[in-house]
Amino acid sequence: MCDTCGCGDPHLHPHDHAHDHAHDHTHHHEHGHGHSHDHVHDHAHGHAHPPARTIEVQKPALALNQRYADQNRGWFRAKGLTVFNLLSSPGSGKTTLLEHTLRAVPGCAAVVGDLQTENDANRLRATGAPAVQITTGATCHLDAHMVAHALPKLNLDGVTRLFIENVGNLVCPASYDLGENRRVVLLSVTEGEDKPQKYPVIFHNADLVLITKCDLAEAVGFDRDKALTIIRQVAPRAQILEVSARTGQGMAEWQAWLSS
Amino acid sequence: MHELSLMSQLLADATAAAEGAPIHALKVRVGPLSGVVPEALRFAFESLIPGTPAANARLDLEETPLRFHCLRCHADYATPLGLYNCPQCGATDSELRGGNELELISIEVPDHV
Repeated sequence: MCDTCGCGDPHLHPHDHAHDHAHDHTHHHEHGHGHSHDHVHDHAHGHAHPPARTIEVQKPALALNQRYADQNRGWFRAKGLTVFNLLSSPGSGKTTLLEHTLRAVPGCAAVVGDLQTENDANRLRATGAPAVQITTGATCHLDAHMVAHALPKLNLDGVTRLFIENVGNLVCPASYDLGENRRVVLLSVTEGEDKPQKYPVIFHNADLVLITKCDLAEAVGFDRDKALTIIRQVAPRAQILEVSARTGQGMAEWQAWLSS
Repeated sequence: MHELSLMSQLLADATAAAEGAPIHALKVRVGPLSGVVPEALRFAFESLIPGTPAANARLDLEETPLRFHCLRCHADYATPLGLYNCPQCGATDSELRGGNELELISIEVPDHV
């Protein structure tokens, strides 16, 4: 750790000068980064270093998102909606799972996030259920504010379950509460059993871990026992279900969980 | 990747708290379950501060440990990310007591008497 500014890089602040000034060390002298003091000075520093004052702030970086999330939660409750936040890496089968779910379960709607295109919302609307796309541009996650703006675009008459398909990403979406009731994290058998170990934060807060594409398990040599052990380790509170949207395996259990 | 937007928020909060004064230092608490990497946060900080009241500020990161309380044997323990079992009794139903923070604790500004 660099003692000069705390930036962690000792090479940024070469202090190759000799100085024998007397001053107390509560000062914080102003400097830019990457400077070098190659002069000799022996003056007292009092004039250049006014004492500092600490202002307590105590504010979470996500306080604003939390406010929107709490508003969403209130809105969902008022509408009688149970809301599921679906998280996974890209291509692990969120949209396919939802296509089958929206067809099978009455009273569902979906909000889907991607960086670009309406493709997923089009696929989901083809099921007959209301669905709205959020295109985030370059943003790697959905936040509660984006969701709040998408909600008025949905016709929620008769809808009791809302799915929010997050941007495919196992890192950033973990930090953003959207106001959901439950978090579902998907792990497809093609991704490797140890993925939950590599991305422990997102799995830690899962209410349900859904192992998807189980019809491909044998073909890709998926080690089921290893995967289950790892999931239980990083997501000790989560329930685990194994499904294949294509063959229908586990889909009844998934639907039962949605009502539990 | 989202460290840049989170750091922007922390800097905006710091600037608001400073009420126009130059900022000497920001103290930020970050836990392993916050989903934020301290080094990426520092990088974002250095990228964002030029031209702001925090242009010459120091970033003090207080990295907190992941702490749990075992609901079975009531042990309090710290543990690395991904290993949550109670080291005393092996139970998995422990309650998170800290380690998911990302917050601006305080700032330092000049004390103009």
